[in-house]
Amino acid sequence: MLRCRTEPLVQRIYLDHNATTPLHPDVLDVMTKVLREDFGNPSSVHHFGQKAKSVIDQARSAVAALLGGDPSEIVFTSGGTESDNFAIRGVAEALERSGRRHLIATAIEHEAVLNTLKALAKRGWTTTLLPVDQSGVVSPDALRDALTDQTAIVSVMHANNEIGTIQPIAELARLAHDRGALFHTDAVQTAGKIALDVKALGVDLASISAHKFYGPKGVGAIWIRRGLRLLPLMSGGKHERSRRAGTENVAGIAGMGEAATRARGKMADEALRLTALRDRLEDAVLRAVPGTAVNGARAARVANTTNISFDRIEAESLLIALDLEGVAVSTGSACSSGTLEPSHVLKAMGFPAHRTQNSIRFSLGAANTEAEIDRVVAILPTVVEKLRNLTRVPVRA
Amino acid sequence: MPDTRIVVAMSGGVDSSVAAALLAEQGHDVVGLSMQLYDQSGNQSFGSCCTIDDLHDARRVAAAIGIPHYILNLEQRFQDTVVSNFVREYASGRTPLPCAHCNSDLKFSTLLERARGFGADRVATGHYARVETRAGGRILLKRSADTAKDQSYFLFSLTQDQLAAAVFPVGTLLKPAVRREAQRLGLTVADKADSQEICFVPDGDYASFVARQEPAVAHAGPIVNQQGDVLGAHEGIHRFTVGQRKGLGVSGAIPLYVLKIDVDASAVTVGPRAALDQTTLMASGVNWIAVDAPASWTPVAAQIRHRHRAAAGRVRALEHGRAEFEFETPQPAITPGQAVVFYDDDVVVGGGWID
Repeated sequence: MLRCRTEPLVQRIYLDHNATTPLHPDVLDVMTKVLREDFGNPSSVHHFGQKAKSVIDQARSAVAALLGGDPSEIVFTSGGTESDNFAIRGVAEALERSGRRHLIATAIEHEAVLNTLKALAKRGWTTTLLPVDQSGVVSPDALRDALTDQTAIVSVMHANNEIGTIQPIAELARLAHDRGALFHTDAVQTAGKIALDVKALGVDLASISAHKFYGPKGVGAIWIRRGLRLLPLMSGGKHERSRRAGTENVAGIAGMGEAATRARGKMADEALRLTALRDRLEDAVLRAVPGTAVNGARAARVANTTNISFDRIEAESLLIALDLEGVAVSTGSACSSGTLEPSHVLKAMGFPAHRTQNSIRFSLGAANTEAEIDRVVAILPTVVEKLRNLTRVPVRA
Repeated sequence: MPDTRIVVAMSGGVDSSVAAALLAEQGHDVVGLSMQLYDQSGNQSFGSCCTIDDLHDARRVAAAIGIPHYILNLEQRFQDTVVSNFVREYASGRTPLPCAHCNSDLKFSTLLERARGFGADRVATGHYARVETRAGGRILLKRSADTAKDQSYFLFSLTQDQLAAAVFPVGTLLKPAVRREAQRLGLTVADKADSQEICFVPDGDYASFVARQEPAVAHAGPIVNQQGDVLGAHEGIHRFTVGQRKGLGVSGAIPLYVLKIDVDASAVTVGPRAALDQTTLMASGVNWIAVDAPASWTPVAAQIRHRHRAAAGRVRALEHGRAEFEFETPQPAITPGQAVVFYDDDVVVGGGWID
């Protein structure tokens, strides 16, 4: 095997926190301790089992507190995708015989929701995808029009992963309930970022994922309003009150709990800090790089996210060029090979084809500093200029 | 020249993997790029293609070497240049050579352009060929050290600008040495089989591929002999190549070969093997590399398909990028749509498309 090339001296700048966040050192400590010491099976009756069970109970309380729910309403899963699948499939199948076989989501949902709807559509459910306006926000009127007496569940993400816009969840949930439908929100991009209160939002189910708020990958949770019945995805033992079979990922769950506690403690201050950093980046880019615009700027957004389109640029090339300069950013969705596809979110917002392929997402996080933002702003104009001089992207108005 | 940035076009095969590893070992700032050229979504519209595995191989090799690696989605560009040309050529009764188009219109065009955007002046590939700068600045394209593996035939259409940017690290090696290098470098692809000729038609059924892309081509026509007598019928001219013997659906006292494809009459002319032999050919879109377009007859050898041994003759340039070539001895199956590449020993003098 070859020696690895030494990393260049530049410090890399990570601006892709909506994709994932680094593990917080305290979270790692908690997880290491659990892995070392609390190896028991939480289902076991003996001492070792009891210790592991208590680890999970603590984490369950911490996660419930983050969401404003009761610990008994939290089910741990493998992550956001499983939680979304469980919410929608679980409800759809539980209500199948009631005749409610209509599902609603928005056109800008994560693939975990969109493809779950597609899969159910193949099996006979009808589905409706709600449009969004040019800021990426769903209108309550659109939902009102789409709801029928057959609607089983409405799924709307709390904030969008690509552009960060926040949806009027409370109002949408009320509309769904008025027609007897259940309401799920994919809160993966808001948990730990903005105050999240499932009771105030009035939803029935909420999905979250630990690695979006400095917890480990491979663990998430779903909040299920007490009394709600949904069919489990897997059959097996009676774990998680028979809602999610399989021996628990104890260390992961412990990590999620620690991450939830930490996030809750400094959420407000961190949101202010990130808003300032984000605005600094946004303002400077708009000023320093001609032909730029922020997507979804007019709506309320999570503090850490900005999505900027660059005229006459292919996002794919800009992303690579920035990575080679040590700046890690992202576009919306990547396909299986890792290449970029036109953003379905920007498409749904009504942007023309070229703009769905010329936009970059910057998502900030705990470790980012003003100095880093200033360096990105210093690098960007040159990189963009170089690409614009070389690529043959058709110039569009 | 260590520490200059070079982009390596990584296909996931052993040749481009070794190319990347050698450049990295020499101290260059190497960036691996792989091109996603057709649908990888699992819809398999191009047949049972395993190319997603090749992209993963490229990624694994890049990680082992310790270089950054990115996959570019060039599906649309590939469709617009290489695939559409492939279909158009078959629909015109010609036999296309997509790899040559891919080299000049994609790897040393779009990919090179992207590379420049990433701060690299040059693009390396795993091609078996050599570039050499002659005194005075003209850049020569030459056959590879491994003559059995030589791919200069597929690179004839590169311009001087493109050749200036081209790096062929394995062109000076023999194939067994390339595999040994791969082993020495610990690359997992060391024993991987060589790729097939046309990557986007993995099952080799070009006729069906063309008909799927351009259903209009699949209309019947007559199979005739040299005298014009109708011997039978065929289901579309895109199913035929000059020199083809199998699958004609007609039989005669002697074996019959496709001699000519007439697109206007949708007619396929067949005849005996001897009738395939021709002495002259005309080429268009000629790219002169080693010399300026020669107005007078110039002795060179000409290669008329990938597996053809270049045969002696003479060439002269005509107007509008065309050229005329005369073989010393007649050659069988000079096929329109294929490339003719002129060689002076192992130096590519130039080349063009056979009409």
